[in-house]
Amino acid sequence: MLKYLEGSHAVSQVVAMCRPNVISAYPITPQTHIVEDLARLVGEGKLDAEFINVESEFSAASVVLGASAAGARAYTTTTSQGLLLMNEVIYCIAGMRLPIVLTCANRAISAPLNIWNDQQDSMTVRDAGWIQLHAEDNQEAADLHMQAFKIAEQMHLPVMVCMDGFILTHAFEPVDIPEQKEVDAFLPPFKPQNIVDPRWPRGIGLYADPRFYMEVRYILHRALEKSEKVIKQVSEDFAKKFGRQSGGLLKTYKIEDADIVIITMGSVAGTIKDLIDQLETEGKKVGLLQICSYRPFPRKEVYRVLKDKMNLLVIEKSISLGRGGILGSDVRWSFPRTEKKDRKISCFVSGLGGRNISINDLRTAVEMVEHEPVELEFLGLNPDIIAARDL
Amino acid sequence: MITASSEDLYKVEKKDLFASGHRACGGCGQALAARLVADAAGENTIACVATGCLEIFSSPYPDPSWRIPFLHSLFENISAVASGVEAAYKALKKGPVNIIAQGGDGGTADIGFQSISGMFERGHNVLYVCYDNEAYMNTGVQRSSFTPFGAKTTTTPMGNTTRKKNLPLIAADHGIPYVATATVDDFRDLQRKVKTALLINGPKYLHILAPCPLGWGHTGDLTVAICRLAKATGLFPVYEIINGKVANVLKIQEKKPVEDYLRLQGRYRHLFKKGVPVKEVAEIQEIANQNIERFNL
Ligand SMILES: Cc1ncc(C[n+]2csc(CCOP(=O)(O)OP(=O)(O)O)c2C)c(N)n1
Ligand code: SF4
Ligand SMILES: [Mg+2]
Repeated sequence: MLKYLEGSHAVSQVVAMCRPNVISAYPITPQTHIVEDLARLVGEGKLDAEFINVESEFSAASVVLGASAAGARAYTTTTSQGLLLMNEVIYCIAGMRLPIVLTCANRAISAPLNIWNDQQDSMTVRDAGWIQLHAEDNQEAADLHMQAFKIAEQMHLPVMVCMDGFILTHAFEPVDIPEQKEVDAFLPPFKPQNIVDPRWPRGIGLYADPRFYMEVRYILHRALEKSEKVIKQVSEDFAKKFGRQSGGLLKTYKIEDADIVIITMGSVAGTIKDLIDQLETEGKKVGLLQICSYRPFPRKEVYRVLKDKMNLLVIEKSISLGRGGILGSDVRWSFPRTEKKDRKISCFVSGLGGRNISINDLRTAVEMVEHEPVELEFLGLNPDIIAARDL
Repeated sequence: MITASSEDLYKVEKKDLFASGHRACGGCGQALAARLVADAAGENTIACVATGCLEIFSSPYPDPSWRIPFLHSLFENISAVASGVEAAYKALKKGPVNIIAQGGDGGTADIGFQSISGMFERGHNVLYVCYDNEAYMNTGVQRSSFTPFGAKTTTTPMGNTTRKKNLPLIAADHGIPYVATATVDDFRDLQRKVKTALLINGPKYLHILAPCPLGWGHTGDLTVAICRLAKATGLFPVYEIINGKVANVLKIQEKKPVEDYLRLQGRYRHLFKKGVPVKEVAEIQEIANQNIERFNL
């Protein structure tokens, strides 16, 4: 049923319909509305789950780790400093192959303190062994949670659903919220395998010496690679059941005869599509490639759709300080080294700490790369502030 | 609330649920304690273990020593992990099952302090067992907040200048229903406390003095004697706190000077110059006297 909802509430309602057994989270802006709503649903008896109020994100992640290892469908949500505080547990959850789902309400990280959106937080744990899916709008954010539990439990891998803080979490939009029975038909009950249970005593979380450790990590890496197929399949199943496209590995817009292709993830895709439509009326052919599955990074798919595209423009909301664009590096790496084409990849770090990415900013970026590719640019910097501060 | 017959409570259990063949040093107090805890708890138990000596000597892949389900993840989060296991059992309407979180003094009182406080305060039905060997042994004998005054560790090479954090009393002040201390020489008492704790609903804390021959600088055959001296000097009071009231305090039969305890251990050797005690020994005696007075030992 179509409901006019805040993004956070669209997510919490769908998460509740996924019937998690254990929820544990610690409040942090802009994730709070998700936690509060789930606490209310449990408190009012509308969701039969244990809601554990913890003293930190570190414990929230540890509680869901323990719950998942004991066979529960477990859910948590955080952002920014909270995700950084969880970091050690985040790696551990993936290494232990626990199918936990986490919503990351993407936010900048300190210092300076900043509660607004960018994607530096989830970027810091991109190598941890979690599947990371990025939502474009609130409908997709809601839908991705149904898919996330399914993918996680099928692959024994944790899944992080990333949605831009404030831009999505606090935006009211009409969202099609499914019926419980539709969710149940899509997402069967969790059938855990390796769990702590006195009926089958086994050790979980043993340490591995140099004879075994590399194999465990190799198998984890392979599992992430294999999950590409499952992410695609689950998205296709979802489309069949619910009649709309959500998730999957990537999406494209007007890419077929585009001269320039913009590549991005998350909510900024909406503004980019508007720009593409504007430019089209001016006779410019620009297309969009949206990465939904950032990890695993769908290298082959990216190559397939970009093979003949020579001018690429990456818009990304994070940076590897001292190195440059991160998504940009992933895109670069998607092309075989043997390929002898003169492809230009320009990287624009944009929207850090909630800086608005306007359609005009994006237009400037397109105009820049029309003339000449750029290695790394920062979109919309204020030169006055820099002149006063730069040493 | 405690319903089992006293005969059951006082029986010494030997089930080998924590099997031999692990990699602890000879005479390791913690290895002995872990076996006593597992055997007292029985098969229907889940052991959640923090990183530390116990985890390392008992859980290498592919041959762990545990014959009960074992769960380890990190160093500082075992209380939260056990909370999650308990929440899962509740949510899935499974059980009852004994959930025992276990860790060393560092994992419990330092880096894991926030986590254990959270578990106590939230009221999870979990028994926490702290194996107190008074330092970070797994990483090579560094000081913890349980390292006693005067003891040498690799990070207090001149002897520790602070007194031991009193976690049993801090635990009790969370308002939890059961707190107890024990030592590994007295199997019956230790196992009775495990069994008693497991009959009580809510968070429980059991603090076990577990000598570490390697870190304390004594031979493995002295583990039992050292525990007895820790009690006889008053340095390690043995008691229970049931619903906030101190109970069953172990009385000292024949009081011993702290020197007798200190002289057996390499970590205190620097406190005796040519056999003569330096002034720190008097302060340690003072700590023992305060314990004797406080708990009426
Ligand atoms: C976050 C983190 N910091 C440090 C360590 C290294 N470390 C592992 S075990 C340990 C000390 C354990 O001491 P304690 O809890 O007293 O247990 P013991 O080994 O003495 O039985 C340390 C410092 C770690 N594993 N994780
Ligand atoms: S170092 Fe100490 S605690 Fe660790 S195994 Fe050896 S005796 Fe036991
Ligand atoms: Mg220790």
